[in-house]
Amino acid sequence: MQTNILEYLDYTVKRVPDKIAYSNGETGISFREVYDQARAIGTFLNRQGVYKEPVVVFMNRHPKAIVAFYGVVYGGNFYVPIDEEMPRFRIELILKNLNPRAIICDETTRNIVETFQYDGGIYLYDDIVKTPIDEEVIGRIRQASIDTDPIYVVFTSGSTGIPKGVVACHRSVIDYIENLSEVLGFNEDTVFGNQTPLYFDACLKELYPTLKFGSTAYIIPKNLFMFPIRLVEYLNEHKINTICWVVSALTMISAFGVLDKTVPKYLHTVAFGSEVFPMKQFNLWRKALPNAKFINLYGPTEATGMSCYFIVDREFNDDEVLPIGRPFKNTDIILLDDNNRIPPKGEAGEICIRGTSLTLGYYNDPERTKEVFVQNPLNDAYPELIYRTGDLGRYNERGELMFISRKDHQIKHMGHRIELGEIEYNVNLIEGIKSACCIYREETEKIELYYVGDIDSKDLATALKQRLPRYMVPNIIRALDEMPLTANKKIDRVFLKEHYAKNKRGTK
Amino acid sequence: MEELLEILEEMHPDVDFRTCDTLIDSNILDSFDIIALISEIKMEFGVTIPPDEIIPENFNSAKAMYELIERLSD
Repeated sequence: MQTNILEYLDYTVKRVPDKIAYSNGETGISFREVYDQARAIGTFLNRQGVYKEPVVVFMNRHPKAIVAFYGVVYGGNFYVPIDEEMPRFRIELILKNLNPRAIICDETTRNIVETFQYDGGIYLYDDIVKTPIDEEVIGRIRQASIDTDPIYVVFTSGSTGIPKGVVACHRSVIDYIENLSEVLGFNEDTVFGNQTPLYFDACLKELYPTLKFGSTAYIIPKNLFMFPIRLVEYLNEHKINTICWVVSALTMISAFGVLDKTVPKYLHTVAFGSEVFPMKQFNLWRKALPNAKFINLYGPTEATGMSCYFIVDREFNDDEVLPIGRPFKNTDIILLDDNNRIPPKGEAGEICIRGTSLTLGYYNDPERTKEVFVQNPLNDAYPELIYRTGDLGRYNERGELMFISRKDHQIKHMGHRIELGEIEYNVNLIEGIKSACCIYREETEKIELYYVGDIDSKDLATALKQRLPRYMVPNIIRALDEMPLTANKKIDRVFLKEHYAKNKRGTK
Repeated sequence: MEELLEILEEMHPDVDFRTCDTLIDSNILDSFDIIALISEIKMEFGVTIPPDEIIPENFNSAKAMYELIERLSD
């Protein structure tokens, strides 16, 4: 039985050592290089006495960053990916939560790391991959590893303003990769085109199946997602046949009429998730690629990547919604109503997840872990955790699971999971702000911020960019004379949504 | 041009769009901005930007965008 995620690589490197594993189109790294450089990093970390600890990987979007992840795991540690685009304030919160003793960086990020309040080791990727591999050390670390040891921590938005670090172990990732690969039909001929950032769990879909099958994954440069024709040309140039993208990346291509001009002709597997796919756009894709397999995926980071899938097997009208289908093998979905009971057939309940795919919880945060990783209320005979997603779902008449909405103020924007509370928390920390409220307008897909305070919207935008990741900065920022309140003196979100700017500038 | 600047300033109140000519090269605009811009331009100017005009050169500065709009309105 496989107990370590790196067994995929140990096996594949013997089979196809010279094949390119990861490339960005310009630089490619072969399986042999991945294997050797990762073990060199593992050896290096061991020499520094870093073992069973979080190791931050703070590098640009590049194949080398992926090798660094594996290097951290070879050393018996777990990686924490951080991106150059994350604002400093957020990175410092993350460092405070982790208290790491090692950061791996590249030439450009090193200068940034050096300005942090951080006194651990700063290691340059290009230096540490030169470490002579100590096979004995690497073997010993592997011997001692068990499949419930963590392999990564990724941070997700938290409603109190502090990001939460989700910790995943070998076992949950292996479970995910095995079952995802079976459903999507990956194999050695799969050529992945990765779109999702390397600092989220979404990229697991390409990273680990590449190791498992000896496939090739292209890490598509981020800028191409602004220029749809060039993006399609890139897909065709590299004969990319499998993509797992957020919906907004796909609609960017279809909405601008690109598919009438040029088609990503090698694509045969198109998976997507994180958001509802507008059916009109989806049907444009289906028409352009009539023979491709389309799969809708659903799942929270807390249950390792994705938990449910729906393979599109019939026509959908423009006013219908794609189901999220059914759970992957070895994962169970339970719907629970407000009384923690299973609702009658066809009625809504909170989507709760049971199984090996559950992650270990939030790093260094027992309080918030306990709120959502809870004892299965249907079982009082022995300890059994479920994860409460906070998503509402129901089964349709075909027995397929449908996503309805959130129970709280969490939103999905451009594929990112965001707590509006985290934005508000950060706005309220800025000097001069008296009160603030964020709403999300689904029709325009914009985050709107309303505030009362002695600061103009320009300065507020500048201040927010320093605190929040780009995708969390509100698209519309509007000052109000006073905040509308409900009878209970709470901010009236409904009123804000109905009475203020729909998108037009200057309308109040 | 003023209308276009207004649209841009709403997106990024902290950027000087009159002078900046590296909006793409310096990562000031992201893919969400481009999508939003194209739909705003359609609403304000009645101009549909065809996919082969969605290239970096046309979006690096407010001036380049305005020239594109003018060219397409003819």
